[in-house]
Amino acid sequence: MKVADKIRLLREMLFARRFEERCYEAYVERKIGGFLHLYPGQEACCFGVLEAARVGHDYVITSYRDHVHAIKWGSDPKRIMAELYARETGVSRGRGGSMHIFDVENKFMGGYALVGGPFPLAAGIGKALQMKQSDAISICFLGDAANNQGTFHESLNMAKLWNLPVLYVCENNLYGIGTRIDRSTAVVDQYKRVSGYNIPSAQVDGQDIELVYKAATTAIKHVRDGNGPYFLELMTYRYRGHSMSDSNAYRAKAEERMWSKRDPLIMLRNRLIEDGKLSLQDFKDMDTEILDEIENEIIAFAEESPEPDVAEVERYVLADNDPWVKGGVS
Amino acid sequence: MAKKMFWEAVRRAHDEELANDPMVIVMGEDIAVAGGTYKATQGLYEKYGEQRVIDTPISENGFTGLGIGASFLGVRPIIEIMSVNFAWLAMDQIFNTAAKVRYMSGGQLQAPVVVRSPGGTAHQLGSQHSARMEKVFMGIAGLRVVTPSNPRQAYGLLKSAVRCNDPVFINEHELMYNMKGEVPEGEYFHPLEGSEVARQGRDVTLFGYNISVHWCLQAAEQLSKDHGIEAEVIDLYALSPLDREGIRNSVSKTHRAVIVEEAEPAVGVGAEVMAIINEECFFELDTAPLRVSALNVPIPYNHGLEKAALPNVGDVIAAVRGMFGV
Repeated sequence: MKVADKIRLLREMLFARRFEERCYEAYVERKIGGFLHLYPGQEACCFGVLEAARVGHDYVITSYRDHVHAIKWGSDPKRIMAELYARETGVSRGRGGSMHIFDVENKFMGGYALVGGPFPLAAGIGKALQMKQSDAISICFLGDAANNQGTFHESLNMAKLWNLPVLYVCENNLYGIGTRIDRSTAVVDQYKRVSGYNIPSAQVDGQDIELVYKAATTAIKHVRDGNGPYFLELMTYRYRGHSMSDSNAYRAKAEERMWSKRDPLIMLRNRLIEDGKLSLQDFKDMDTEILDEIENEIIAFAEESPEPDVAEVERYVLADNDPWVKGGVS
Repeated sequence: MAKKMFWEAVRRAHDEELANDPMVIVMGEDIAVAGGTYKATQGLYEKYGEQRVIDTPISENGFTGLGIGASFLGVRPIIEIMSVNFAWLAMDQIFNTAAKVRYMSGGQLQAPVVVRSPGGTAHQLGSQHSARMEKVFMGIAGLRVVTPSNPRQAYGLLKSAVRCNDPVFINEHELMYNMKGEVPEGEYFHPLEGSEVARQGRDVTLFGYNISVHWCLQAAEQLSKDHGIEAEVIDLYALSPLDREGIRNSVSKTHRAVIVEEAEPAVGVGAEVMAIINEECFFELDTAPLRVSALNVPIPYNHGLEKAALPNVGDVIAAVRGMFGV
């Protein structure tokens, strides 16, 4: 990876961290409603994998912890924040909210709130790409706990059976909501679970973006070359609770401290500093710039945006004026 | 018009839509090599190949979700669920994804899938193979629900459902695949909304759908012969949305209504049609509407018990006679 790319990725991850922290504040201020699942701690997973994919070409689908994936996949952060503020200018026109970020123009196929729900959808996107003889691939990010749903097994089976171009990325943050993985899951190493479907897999340190990028490059090549699905397990940790309503009381402080030492941003930053490619001041300047942008552009945009027109509450339930509804003889 | 069997009509619609659009695919258990449990996809695997006519594993939620995901990118899947009882397993993807994705994406995504499935009670199939689930589907916003009562509708509804950009659930009936009826020789697209007058009448409206349309028609003939009561029969082939105007027009003419459903009464088609009558034309009524439904029991295996659990033509006649005091 080139130095310039590393610095850019550091900035992107820092942006994502600050964006999510600002969401936390907005939630506490009751500017954001509903459920809010934040990403700090896991940034290297999203940025490392998607850096290796083709933006604007490949398709991404994920769970409810979705803001950052959409941003990396080309969504305007202003429109993500506006969505969280439930505004008409939001990516999903204020109808979706935090858990349902959609930006189809950028091939971000959505955030879904049923754990494990995107597994078959991602396979279906793969099926469509296969039918179209496209070299684009379908990339599905989900957490470790989703692997205990039936959809995990059903989808992996079909993806392998039909050789679908799908990369399943498992962000293993060790907890399914508040239950630690060894208390919910018989086989803790998730990459081993796909061997029953003859799907190649790897387990990688999800806090080191360079390792993630390298593993994702291999995985994506495998999928894009027509070899069928691949499963990439990234070992990571979320700093906050599962959602804002989670008191986070179930984790030992020592464990949290241990993971905070392996922060993906700090690890990359320190490496760049050690290599003499970045100074601490550069990093601080970057941070100031980002905080300014978030406050003065992103939050301002969300605050100033209009809410959806209540008269439109029944729009988007069904297609507008679909001609086939009336039938007829062709 | 030629007389065709119900399954032939469904098969023809599949065939024409597969030929019309290379993005149309058919998926389901035993639908390809075996040609489908009710022959609705017979010969299509040989004609269109394994990429488009796909035998799936027995993973209803998985393959339904896969079809929905493919539809996001313009594929038009026709998903057969071998028996509607198994559709419970696919409810997550049908309800949580297909029905909601247009809305929750602010109109960016759509899931133009067709899910078709044989339902109803056949003969002694027992509790877990005798579900009548239309009432569950029709209660979900974002989903269209249609249910053909004859081969013409079965053909035309499937054709329109494939082309329509909304997810459509087609509720067929296990006992009706060998029923014969006229089907247009030319290509025909049946409306996905509205209702049909299956028999004109002036004295009472019998509302039916799918198999119960036939019970209503038989009851109407008997009532005419024995009592001179001329029943109008309305075929509610569209269960969601229901045809409020058609319901109002008929009740405004006959001033009496009986809704006939094969399912248990609670939260069902009968309850919904009654609510619509109340809302649309309460003051047109001469007497309280009635519903003829199944008993509120899981369907038993024993033939006598099964018969006792289900409504029949005699129940419809008795309901109307009671209404007229004859």
